[in-house]
Amino acid sequence: MAHEHKLAIFRGALKFKSNTQKIWGVLIFLSVVTTVEVALGITKPHVLVVNTFIGMKLLNWIFIILTLVKAYYIAWDFMHLRDEKSSLRRAIVWTPIFLVSYLIFILLFEADYIYNVFKDGYLQWNF
Amino acid sequence: MDTTISTGAEEESVWGGGNRPLGASYGKLMMWFFIVSDALTFSGFLASYGFSRFKFIETWPIADEVFTHVPFVHGNFPMYYVAFMTFILIMSSVTMVLAVDAGHRMMKNRVILYMFLTIIGGAIFVGSQAWEWATFIKGDYGALETKGGRILQFVKADTGDRAALADFAEVIPTERETLGRSDGFWFSSESSLPTYSLEEVKQGFLANPNILIRTETLNEEGEKTLLTREESLAKIKDATLVVEGANLIRNEYGSRLFADFFFFITGFHGFHVFSGVVINVIIFFNIILGTYERRGHYEMVEKVGLYWHFVDLVWVFVFTFFYLV
Repeated sequence: MAHEHKLAIFRGALKFKSNTQKIWGVLIFLSVVTTVEVALGITKPHVLVVNTFIGMKLLNWIFIILTLVKAYYIAWDFMHLRDEKSSLRRAIVWTPIFLVSYLIFILLFEADYIYNVFKDGYLQWNF
Repeated sequence: MDTTISTGAEEESVWGGGNRPLGASYGKLMMWFFIVSDALTFSGFLASYGFSRFKFIETWPIADEVFTHVPFVHGNFPMYYVAFMTFILIMSSVTMVLAVDAGHRMMKNRVILYMFLTIIGGAIFVGSQAWEWATFIKGDYGALETKGGRILQFVKADTGDRAALADFAEVIPTERETLGRSDGFWFSSESSLPTYSLEEVKQGFLANPNILIRTETLNEEGEKTLLTREESLAKIKDATLVVEGANLIRNEYGSRLFADFFFFITGFHGFHVFSGVVINVIIFFNIILGTYERRGHYEMVEKVGLYWHFVDLVWVFVFTFFYLV
């Protein structure tokens, strides 16, 4: 059991006095991020919908990045990965990241290919 | 080869047994093993959702238009309720960390209180998800399905609002009844008929010039394509079926895969939350009985805590990919 808690978040920019305080601090941060996500999802700013980056709307990129930020703080502070040894942390984090990136890469490329076959091929499906 | 001579130095035999090279107990490591493999399972589901979505990127339903309800309130509130569910789950994650923290400091009554709050949060979440499913299955506007399995929805031309089938369908007296087990062969029956027959919807549509058809195809603005009245009149000839609500075979919201993945992934996640609540209840009673007080540490709370946070972590991703993106 890890008894010592590292009490600084945001790369040391914000330090808490006790573990309990840190938990509430992280909760506030996560709630703010969720609120921003929902607000963007409801208003859908026109600039972010029209412009794309690597074939995806900027709005969707923002959602995905904010999700990863939330996942980081849940894993690091709620699941105490911040207090674990770095070897354990790396084994837990990098294994799925490597495998999932690969899976996403092949599946989305294949899906895009099928989309083009449906669109340009001599195939009628939308009737 | 000085290293073979034992000098009592732990550094040389970190992995030789007898100590904890990763600084975590056996139970905690096994929980992490499980979480990593479960994370890969969920990633597989979400990636295959992405696959289907990219395949039908131009016709995928818009989540804001599907999940618009809040319990006990009428009206159009996209995503408010899901945001509330997310908040509940994050909140119960927080009470769980507080329980683990109190456990480290051996404060039994605090652990009991925080575990209790965590269980309540989990129960509210599972209940909300059940409600969400019921609303999704029931549907709200109704639609027509074409020969190609595409969905045609209806919009009022003057206001731009969605039109429910009940708003314009005509009632034609008919003899058609649901085929039950008692009517024909014992093995033949059918599920309940839609409220309006295809003929009633078509007649109502022809009689009401204010109704337009909306197809599944998304335009450049990311909105569904609205047909003109002439195009609508031509399109409705393709309709073969009235669809109300959603099931695994067809749904009124659009692409069939959307409902399939919704049921599968949120169902799998909901099952995780449910089993998490059950495990939390077991641990809760163990705490009350003083099991961990006698054991001298509350590591068991930490282990179920890991599982509970993982459930929260998965929801963060499900929330993004089903409701936001």
